[in-house]
Amino acid sequence: MSGLLHQMTEKAQAMNIPLGVQLDLTYRCNERCVHCYLDHENHGEMTTAEIKHLLDEMADAGVFILSLSGGEIFLRKDFFEILEYARIERQFCVKLKTNAIMIRESEAARLREIGVESIQISIYSHRAEVHDGITLVAGSLKRSLDAARFLKSQGLRVIFANVLMAQNLEDYQGVRALAAEMGVESTLDPTITPMMDGDRSVLRLGVNQATLRQFFRDEASIGNVDEPCAIVSPADESTLSALPCSAGHTSCYVSPYGDVFPCVQFPLATGNVRKQRFLDIWQHSDRMNEVRSIRLKDLPTCSSCTHVGSCTRCPGLAFMEGNMRGPSSEDCAKSFARTGIPSANMLAKQRSVVNLVQIQIPQTASAARPSRALA
Amino acid sequence: MTNLYVARNPRVAARSLDGEMMIMSGRDSTLFTLNKTATLLWQAADGATPLDQIIEQRICTEYEVDAGEALRDAESLARDLASHGILQISEEPIVRGESK
Repeated sequence: MSGLLHQMTEKAQAMNIPLGVQLDLTYRCNERCVHCYLDHENHGEMTTAEIKHLLDEMADAGVFILSLSGGEIFLRKDFFEILEYARIERQFCVKLKTNAIMIRESEAARLREIGVESIQISIYSHRAEVHDGITLVAGSLKRSLDAARFLKSQGLRVIFANVLMAQNLEDYQGVRALAAEMGVESTLDPTITPMMDGDRSVLRLGVNQATLRQFFRDEASIGNVDEPCAIVSPADESTLSALPCSAGHTSCYVSPYGDVFPCVQFPLATGNVRKQRFLDIWQHSDRMNEVRSIRLKDLPTCSSCTHVGSCTRCPGLAFMEGNMRGPSSEDCAKSFARTGIPSANMLAKQRSVVNLVQIQIPQTASAARPSRALA
Repeated sequence: MTNLYVARNPRVAARSLDGEMMIMSGRDSTLFTLNKTATLLWQAADGATPLDQIIEQRICTEYEVDAGEALRDAESLARDLASHGILQISEEPIVRGESK
């Protein structure tokens, strides 16, 4: 984050302004990524008019950075109408998240004309057999890369977003090299998100601890390994008073059905814009305010953890594990992989699964007396 | 002095935060912030009102400043913002579709 944006974010937080919102326009998708957390159905998406009304409310509430995502955003026939309204009429800074397979020359030219801050494209491998094996759509890598070239030729900022999984763990350096060759940026995230209905079976697609450890020690992947792998000093009061993340503080998420959540990865429904004003939900929802009230010192397990000051703990993932104030096991695994030191949560779990010592009481007369060992 | 007309570039992203504009250039995504005085100028930059009128009606009514000095500062600011693609400046009125 740039210094100026950081300053603006701090100001927005102090004024309780939702500076950034992710709005999913649809959950429908033309790919079937094996790790996706969505159901791909249409349960009653907001209409064009409803979305424009929401954009009005969000602009008036102070939202500046608008991420349009899905599902696949280009599946909405009114996508360009919505984008043009957001950009030209309401002057949002718009970021797009897409698989890009519906973007050809004409769409790229139109995006340039309307103006977007960036287009993030999901690329899971530089090899078609691996990428297409994840999206389950033959030819999808070629189409996504063609789109990236069309967008680059229009001078637009393109970012490849990759998710590290067992299925593509050999390929992240290939994706990075491909991005460099094409002059685009790239990101890599080892986090797999549970399904919206709470089903955690997709987590099996993630990489194991040994691979995570190797990943965090790979300078080609994360740059300087010293900082993330450093063992941090004990947390002070200032660290413990910090916010867990921006969810509910300067950012939130709105689903295609108008439900407002603290974050796309934090499925705690706080209201619906079809029934309430966006700003009323943001300011007055009890649930949003509960999320907003939590500081690191309020986390019963994590506040005493060695990693509390450096952990990437996601409150949404913790919520999906059953407690928004609890640990997020995926992030515990990352902290352990970075430093080799188990988290407080991991230690507690180890303690709870230690077998009790079995005491064999001899079958003699003494069996009639209480064992001293058990007394 | 030649009258200068200024118009907001509709390609930028802009939002007011506590009376100050955050503006992201459509050209290269550089983020700018305008202080409260510059924000008044930005908000009044409709392409139809000459800069000296904007100064007289929007700046001099809000702040105790010399109109000539304020106009010189405003011209300098307008040219700087134009160099970043945030404002359009012209010696003729700038006619285009107005955005909110």
